[in-house]
Amino acid sequence: MTATTLSRPPATSPTSDERIRRARRRRVVTTTLKHAGLIALALLMIYPLVWLVVSSFKPNEDIFRDLSIFTTNLTTANYPHAWNAQQYPFSHYLMNSLIISGAAIVGNLVSCSLAAYAFARLRFRGRNLMFAAMLMSIMLPFHVVLVPQFLIFKELGWLNTFLPLIVPKFLATDAFFVFLMVQFIRALPKEIFEAARIDGAGHPRMYARITLPLMVPALATSAIFTFIWTWSDFFGPLIYLRKPSVFTAAIALKGFLDSQESSNYGAMFAMSIVSLIPLFVIFMVGQRYLVKGFATTGIK
Amino acid sequence: MSSLGELRTLAQGRGRGRTAKPKITGRENLTGYLFLSPWIVGMLVFTIGPMLASLYLSFTKYKLLKPPEWIGAKNYADMLHDPVLAHSLKVTFTYVFVGVPLQLAVALGLALLLDRGLRGMTFYRSVFYLPSLLGGSVAIAILWRQVFGKNGIVNGALSLVGIHDAPGWIGHPDYALGTLIALHVWTFGSPLIIFLAGLRQIPEMYYEAAEMDGAGKGRRFVSITVPLLTPIIFFNLVLQIIFAFQSFTQAYIVSGGTGGPSDSTMFYTLYLYRKAFVDLQMGYASAMAWLLLLIIGAFTGLMFWLSKFWVFYDD
Repeated sequence: MTATTLSRPPATSPTSDERIRRARRRRVVTTTLKHAGLIALALLMIYPLVWLVVSSFKPNEDIFRDLSIFTTNLTTANYPHAWNAQQYPFSHYLMNSLIISGAAIVGNLVSCSLAAYAFARLRFRGRNLMFAAMLMSIMLPFHVVLVPQFLIFKELGWLNTFLPLIVPKFLATDAFFVFLMVQFIRALPKEIFEAARIDGAGHPRMYARITLPLMVPALATSAIFTFIWTWSDFFGPLIYLRKPSVFTAAIALKGFLDSQESSNYGAMFAMSIVSLIPLFVIFMVGQRYLVKGFATTGIK
Repeated sequence: MSSLGELRTLAQGRGRGRTAKPKITGRENLTGYLFLSPWIVGMLVFTIGPMLASLYLSFTKYKLLKPPEWIGAKNYADMLHDPVLAHSLKVTFTYVFVGVPLQLAVALGLALLLDRGLRGMTFYRSVFYLPSLLGGSVAIAILWRQVFGKNGIVNGALSLVGIHDAPGWIGHPDYALGTLIALHVWTFGSPLIIFLAGLRQIPEMYYEAAEMDGAGKGRRFVSITVPLLTPIIFFNLVLQIIFAFQSFTQAYIVSGGTGGPSDSTMFYTLYLYRKAFVDLQMGYASAMAWLLLLIIGAFTGLMFWLSKFWVFYDD
């Protein structure tokens, strides 16, 4: 066996060439198949969304008669119609959502970064215990605190105001972000803080002048996720906001569903699209932050 | 490291604070508490206080108009004989234990397919992730009603292949829950991204070393990829189960807030919401919340215990 192989070395090289070529061809085939499968799956997943967009531009009678997304009979009439179909124009509800989301972002960024700085950079009695409590609160089902929280806000006379949805954010109740920021601050090089300390900087200054500017990526991730969650939040507004003047876009959309049942799909789809646009824009702008945020904390 | 990993470290007493313990000065103590003060207030006012209050309320009859009336363990006893509650538990368990494994299996499979050197990775990642991001919104739940409705896209596709008498999935008690599970699986993008991040953390040199030792593709997958990915699988599993137990919006919108048809989409949280804010039985709802906490806690504990047998920590 060994002898024959050794005796004809030139004969093996074309066959091995052939083998390499065959392997390369096989790799091209598998990659192509992979891409074909992935693209098919991607199309399948995106189809309902595309259908929603196209349907929002279809006359009502066409929406269910023709399920395809290829049609020439398009109209923009659903949009202005839906915009003014409820007690307030849809812009009113969008503005409510925007105010709540904006305030929630400010609240989360300020309070969570303060807490994160303390957990990551400061030593104090009970730190481990509090840190564990913070981690566990991430996993706590909010239903356990739901009824008493509702009663607190009711007693305070805050029902039908934005306060129940905003004030907790200023008290670092979204522990996910505290954890995300702790992770980020821990990863910063210690030398920066030591140098600042030697220059006589105290913790407030190190927090404001060094940590905050360096943790902009973590802040961006938190801001983006806060926006997405608050904008899509349904449960909070459902129990705290019962008057149309304070409705968010999500609740207005649900009102649409209740009132227009089975009659005006085009309009309902149009407002669905409008309510998704801000999320979509944030998705396009903040993709890389979103991916990073996931990797560390597993937030939705 | 994940939040679960941190908890595990703390529980085993290997936290950063334990390894080096210099003297804590009073001044540093004070600064720490000052920085933490918003969080401490939030924790006391919105978590610990309400938890205690909710525990108390769970032993009372409280309908908002009159002060709570102590009734002992009656709410808990009533829960044992509440057929809707039993049914809602069944619905929720089905959703969690079918939906989560399915979703994670799809996510893991695709992560393995997407990993390492496939062109267009960012594109695929974005497309697969988009549904996760929008999935929790009312608009998508509304869309889902139409997708699985009598005249929806699904039935349209079925009639293309010759099936014309398909039911209205959303309106049929046997299938309504399945459509919600489908919606859950559709949002596999978030665990997908966590899996991808986990795969990227496996050092390339492990594979190179194994290849040099003559390990084939299959062998490298079984001996390197799978064991090193188990902490990530565990993390996804625990978090997704905890979150899935709390699903609400989709069931609410798809069923019009009723949990119908025939209670087939009466998620536990939907029933809890109805008890608290439709029937105004705040005591009963509080007891239900504690049962939910116990169930989630038990499952999390069980998963942590089981993790000893299959999760591999490289430390």
